Amino acid sequence: MAAMTHIPRVPTSAKSLATNPLKMSAPLGGALAFMGVDNCLPLFHGSQGCTAFGMVLLVRHFREAVPLQTTAMDQVATIMGGYENLEEALKTIHANNKPDMIGVCTTGVTETKGDDMGGALTLFRKRNPDLAALDLVFVNTPDFAGGFEEGFAAAVTGMVEQLVEPVDYKIPGQINVLAGAHLTPGDIEELRDVIESFGLSPIFLPDLSLSMSGRQPADFTATTLGGVTVDQIRSMGASEFTIAVGRSMGSACAALEMKTGVPCRHFDRLTGLEASDAFIKTLMEVSGRQPTGKIKRQRESLVDAMLDGHFFTSRKKIAVALEPDLLYAVTAFLNDLGADVVAAVSPTQAGILDKVHARVVMVGDHADVEALAKEAGAELVISCSHGRQGAQRLGIAHHRMGIPTFDRLGAGLKVSVGYRGALNLLLDVANIFLAAEMDHHGGPHDLHAPGHAHGQEGHDDAAGHACGGGGGGSCGCNAG
Amino acid sequence: MLQDKVQEVFNEPGCAKNQTKTEKERKKGCTKALKPGAAAGGCAYDGAMIALQPIVDVAHVVHGPIACLGNSWDNRGCRSSGVETYRIGFTTDMSELDVINGGEKKLYRAIKEAVTAHNPPAVFVYQTCVPAMIGDDIDAVCKHATQKLGLPVIPINAPGFVGSKNLGNKLAGEALLDHVIGTMEPEVSTDADVCVIGEYNLAGELWQVKPLLEEIGIRLSSCISGDARYREVASAHRARLNMVVCSQALVNVGRKMEERWGIPYFEGSFYGVTDMSDTLRTMARMLVERGASSALIDRTEGVIAREESKVWRRLEPYKARFQGKRVLLFTGGVKSWSMVNALENAGLTIIGTSTKKSTKEDKDKIKKAKGDDFHTWENLRPKEMYRMLRDAEADIMLSGGRSQFVSLKAKVPWLDINQERHHAYAGYDGIVALCEEIDKTLSSPIWRQVRAPAPWAA
Repeated sequence: MAAMTHIPRVPTSAKSLATNPLKMSAPLGGALAFMGVDNCLPLFHGSQGCTAFGMVLLVRHFREAVPLQTTAMDQVATIMGGYENLEEALKTIHANNKPDMIGVCTTGVTETKGDDMGGALTLFRKRNPDLAALDLVFVNTPDFAGGFEEGFAAAVTGMVEQLVEPVDYKIPGQINVLAGAHLTPGDIEELRDVIESFGLSPIFLPDLSLSMSGRQPADFTATTLGGVTVDQIRSMGASEFTIAVGRSMGSACAALEMKTGVPCRHFDRLTGLEASDAFIKTLMEVSGRQPTGKIKRQRESLVDAMLDGHFFTSRKKIAVALEPDLLYAVTAFLNDLGADVVAAVSPTQAGILDKVHARVVMVGDHADVEALAKEAGAELVISCSHGRQGAQRLGIAHHRMGIPTFDRLGAGLKVSVGYRGALNLLLDVANIFLAAEMDHHGGPHDLHAPGHAHGQEGHDDAAGHACGGGGGGSCGCNAG
Repeated sequence: MLQDKVQEVFNEPGCAKNQTKTEKERKKGCTKALKPGAAAGGCAYDGAMIALQPIVDVAHVVHGPIACLGNSWDNRGCRSSGVETYRIGFTTDMSELDVINGGEKKLYRAIKEAVTAHNPPAVFVYQTCVPAMIGDDIDAVCKHATQKLGLPVIPINAPGFVGSKNLGNKLAGEALLDHVIGTMEPEVSTDADVCVIGEYNLAGELWQVKPLLEEIGIRLSSCISGDARYREVASAHRARLNMVVCSQALVNVGRKMEERWGIPYFEGSFYGVTDMSDTLRTMARMLVERGASSALIDRTEGVIAREESKVWRRLEPYKARFQGKRVLLFTGGVKSWSMVNALENAGLTIIGTSTKKSTKEDKDKIKKAKGDDFHTWENLRPKEMYRMLRDAEADIMLSGGRSQFVSLKAKVPWLDINQERHHAYAGYDGIVALCEEIDKTLSSPIWRQVRAPAPWAA
């Protein structure tokens, strides 16, 4: 369950010094997964800084209040063991915020000491029988092993293992969707639309579309506002079918299938024409229905955009740096469009990297991306906002994807799954090259060398300041 | 050793808040005991980074697992007028094997790689919780690296679990005092050299002040640490006068520089018209007292007279627009007092302010000036804040980013006045910029629209 370091599959940067890190920590991923559960409060078992940094990062990305608490481990507690802090935190949160569930992620501090979380849960239950109705999910997410995607996956697996119950009945039309860390709230909303159009009722675990997509609360709440409910998670055993999205959902998928016997189909990606076709085919089989006219028209639009757009994507040199599942989804779609993926850089080792096709596939940081992009003469970098500095130095375009995206609005609402999502991504990428071509063939004053992406996103930042935030003072990047 | 340092920092005679405490209270330190499950804010390492990272030509290397830097780099708006080494995120990204085998060798290699790749004048190494727990001796590694690599490699010993962000600020200051300040001599030196301590040049604020100082004839010889170069910090002991900006954060640096090098210091602020003028006056007066030309004072008065008349004229249009507008102010310490003045200058009504980080002196000052009706909150809970805003007890909230959604979700205007803001509010130009920002958001047409009910709502 713990996010153990994978056996190296692809080369790792040989440096001792990670420079402009691409990796984010495992507990942060775990916290995000818990944020897709309704009336939940994620809790980091560690020093308060672990929580503050994580919160700031997610606030900057989603521009939403981020519920996240800390066991506030100090030096003494760190050495003596953190059970007292953990128990006090759980009781305080229960008293102050009345959540349905608390999701606890360990950190480097408590994992180095070796706090026994299984034992802690048992002890807590024994000492606090009055809190039996409060659901608790504990996951091991040491900062020094794995990364964001693994932490997210560990939390989803933890919820499956600790909440889902096997049942002997089925709810017709109910299906489970295990939604990987690479899916935005917008992606999940899109999948819900598509799945519901087949007359099916999906339960997403987790469901960030209900909590992190700009909800307007009637009152202030310190816990998550929306998400999949704990009761819904419990009832996942009564579903007819499970769809898992992203390779990282593999263990959660296996755990769910073993526990409940609900059959599961796994999709490594849902971005692209063929990938979406496979997904729609599955929904047709499970529901016994034909797609709606809307879905059919969306497919036609995607096909049309591929016809119109391939001129601008073919053989374009693109460097991509994203979390493993998103890295695969994006690079595979770029491969589909005939682009030349010159570098695919992942923050951590992952099984899915075996399937990534690029000139260089490696585990590294933004400095590696920059070096590879430079060497190969890349024309575009696709990565989170942190990649903007490197793209700027190279004078090439930068398309933001992944977390954190803090210098563009609406990162959480971007859609890149299904026919419509693939269409969006295709248009975004193709337009960058189209704009550059129009620009370069445009005027007599053009003195730029070929391949110099004049007038593109990378240039937006040339006059930007160090924070690179959204302006207006509302990037929300404050730890307080 | 770190414990001794922490105790020493807690017992800061230069800190007004500290001096009002009993001996026993003082020993407990200035960090409030954190309540597990109800705590907020950054750790000591966070504070140390905030205080030192604005030194722009230094390579700042974080020794720890990925969370400490990977989740936090590239998130502050302190600006540089030149070299940008400080913007690069460096970390040893400790893995399981490093935790088991110890991270010292990796740290050394990491320092070496940073030096080879970026050739900085110095490297700062930040300790974090995990390597502190397993006993990585960063002092020893830094010493070794200094000898081997032939440049200053400075240990910043403020692992997160020792305490709050504020404590981290202070420990960072101690590291400068122990290892940096006084280790180099300045290339030029004048009798009107000033060092500004605790100013981070967020959104380029320093540059709104610097031209005025230059016009007066005051030379900003060093800043700790906004837009600073290592050499300037290392030779800061040749300043004739220190100004301590965010007093409770780095007052230890001001006081110890006075002890060691006889440099007097004063606490000042660049926010608000009156405070800005006071700061310029104090700076000139104290420099003259130390032997600078008395012409400084005349030039200062000249600049103040010109700037004040200009700024009052520029603020005039806002006064009518701000008539009756009520502000909920949430910021800390001296700054909140400064801001109250500044905002009232512009015709706004402040209905209350937080005093969480204020000294007793500050609080008395507020009480005296504002009377007992004025709200001050030690610790206002977000839920209560939300209620006040929703019930229209204020027209705008000014605070840090953390509480922005309390205001925005209540559909009440909000403005970031803390360290991550994107606009510079320092100096005379700054107060006009602040008023412009407040006016912009207050008069935005969105508020009426977003408050209207949906068509399906009854």
